[in-house]
Amino acid sequence: MQSLNTYRAGPDERGHFGIFGGRYVAETLMPLILQVEKAYAAAKADPAFEAEFRELLAQYVGRPNPLYFARRLTEAFGGAKIFLKREDLNHTGAHKINNCIGQILLARRMGKQRIIAETGAGQHGVATATVCALFGMQCVIYMGSTDIERQMPNVYRMKLLGAEVKPVTSGAATLKDAMNDALRDWVSNVDSTYYLIGTVAGPHPYPAMVRDFQSVIGEEVRAQIMAAEGRLPDSLVACIGGGSNAMGLFHPFLDEPSVRIIGVEAAGHGLDKLHAASLTGGKPGVLHGNRTYLLQDGDGQIAEAHSISAGLDYPGIGPEHSWLHESGRVEYVSIKDDEAVEAFQQCTRLEGIIPALESSHAIAYAGKIAPNLPKDHLMVINLSGRGDKDVSTIAKALGDVHLGGLV
Amino acid sequence: MSRIAKRFATLKAENRAGLVSFIMANDPDRATCQRVLNGLPAAGADLIELGMPFTDPMADGPAIQLAAQRALAAGGSLRGTLEMVAEFRKTDKDTPVILMGYYNPIYAWGAEKFAGDAALAGVDGLIIVDLPPEEAGELVPHLRAAAIDFIVLTTPTSDDARLPVVLANASGFVYYVSIAGITGTGSATKSAIEEAVSRIRHHTDLPVCVGFGIKTPDQAAEVARLAEGAVVGSAIVSVLAETKSAEAPLALVKELAVGVREARR
Repeated sequence: MQSLNTYRAGPDERGHFGIFGGRYVAETLMPLILQVEKAYAAAKADPAFEAEFRELLAQYVGRPNPLYFARRLTEAFGGAKIFLKREDLNHTGAHKINNCIGQILLARRMGKQRIIAETGAGQHGVATATVCALFGMQCVIYMGSTDIERQMPNVYRMKLLGAEVKPVTSGAATLKDAMNDALRDWVSNVDSTYYLIGTVAGPHPYPAMVRDFQSVIGEEVRAQIMAAEGRLPDSLVACIGGGSNAMGLFHPFLDEPSVRIIGVEAAGHGLDKLHAASLTGGKPGVLHGNRTYLLQDGDGQIAEAHSISAGLDYPGIGPEHSWLHESGRVEYVSIKDDEAVEAFQQCTRLEGIIPALESSHAIAYAGKIAPNLPKDHLMVINLSGRGDKDVSTIAKALGDVHLGGLV
Repeated sequence: MSRIAKRFATLKAENRAGLVSFIMANDPDRATCQRVLNGLPAAGADLIELGMPFTDPMADGPAIQLAAQRALAAGGSLRGTLEMVAEFRKTDKDTPVILMGYYNPIYAWGAEKFAGDAALAGVDGLIIVDLPPEEAGELVPHLRAAAIDFIVLTTPTSDDARLPVVLANASGFVYYVSIAGITGTGSATKSAIEEAVSRIRHHTDLPVCVGFGIKTPDQAAEVARLAEGAVVGSAIVSVLAETKSAEAPLALVKELAVGVREARR
């Protein structure tokens, strides 16, 4: 159990954050999961591993990326001082690469030559294909056919990088179904294959490991805001699908009581309609290796999620978020499709930065609360990725009136 | 003595292995599925595995994935699955019924309450694919209290260090998953099965049933020479999917039963 004076000690040795987390996988996978846990513990204790990780983040990913003071968004909101953490400026255009660098180094340590991954928006697929190219490993990406259609540029990028993209047609053919097929592949190829999970979910040790690799985001923000303002931020805002960019930003600040922390889920068409807000609209259950909040019916059947943003279109959430939700340390809220589209345009027009539709959810929520906050309130929004991949989705959402000529 | 223990004692006395047949509850609809279920003992099934339909069957191949989708589309649920078992028990008091599936529907029901309700319906055992020994502590005590066996899965990746951990919770019988993979795909070689079964026997006295990749009467017969039971699932489910009738899958079960019964003669 986590001790009472810290929110940062989890998970326990069995991978549990309170009642959440754990290792709910087929027995075939258990020995391998235990190996991953052992190998990660050894890597974490090895200064050479850490040094190579940091070196690649600096030289290959381009870290640290800026904590940018968004003057025009600040003016438009008319309250809190808005900073954008520019994960969109990373190599491959999103925060996903941070975790992929860490895990590919681990896969190499474990002697694995074949990498599989699931992807929703394609950002994790692209980041995985990228590190596989860099390390000369075979790469297979599972992607729902619905997502393939709405994220075509990323599909082609993965193919150019040498990955095989396997379309998944079961269920709603989105991220959940891609994860099912990746698990089926893993069970069938346990000896040769490493499963490079892209978010803070799945069986232990993945939620903790992915969080650790992504925590570079929050660590940098801490140093950058101290340098710029001489004090900690007053609030942090990040979008949540599985929740890796949010956990990476939040974790280094969890034990700072003065920092208000807000996670933004996707409310899709609305919380009373189709959405992807697992904490707001779901209840605890077991799926994909962990216990966490899930969208489900009374019979325990998993519901289809909906979000205009493929990266948030998942009926679950990382188990540590479920625990932070129940403990009350982090506030979880939600933003609808149309509000995210609006924020996407606002950020693009005002700052000349095209944000990912995922990140646009965080911007939209910031836009709701910032006007009522004092001008010396320091708010950090995680701009988790760039939005080039979303241009055709946005054009479709806006119809002929604005950008219809593109589709 | 439990139905499962009694059945394996009888099989031992008859010097033969048992046929364990799997169907998915409510596939393709309630009435057809109930006809198949009720007809299985007469067709030669010695034990019955009844699948609990789930939206995300991560360890299953296409045949059983589609069966679960059909079952859910036809209104299948965990409650419906228990109702089918209760209905079956009106005509059969002896054939063990083991529910097989994933943990979330049971967790949503409530583990303790489910164990009691399943026992009332006439369920003898449970196989939960995604509940390894590391997490099984939240369910197993409730099953024990309700006199329901927790059937564990061992796999080609269960080495001598792992087997005692897995078998610590076991009762009823041990299900050996003969390939590292999903249901309804490849088949293991005879020598691989032989080696694995003898390894399991070093760690337990429970009967061993072997499944995954057994499709034909010949394959079932081969396994019947090595273990106490041969499990057939995807092949039966596929025939049901093709014909949408109760007759064809029961005819296949008959052929499989002949294979199993003649194996040790």
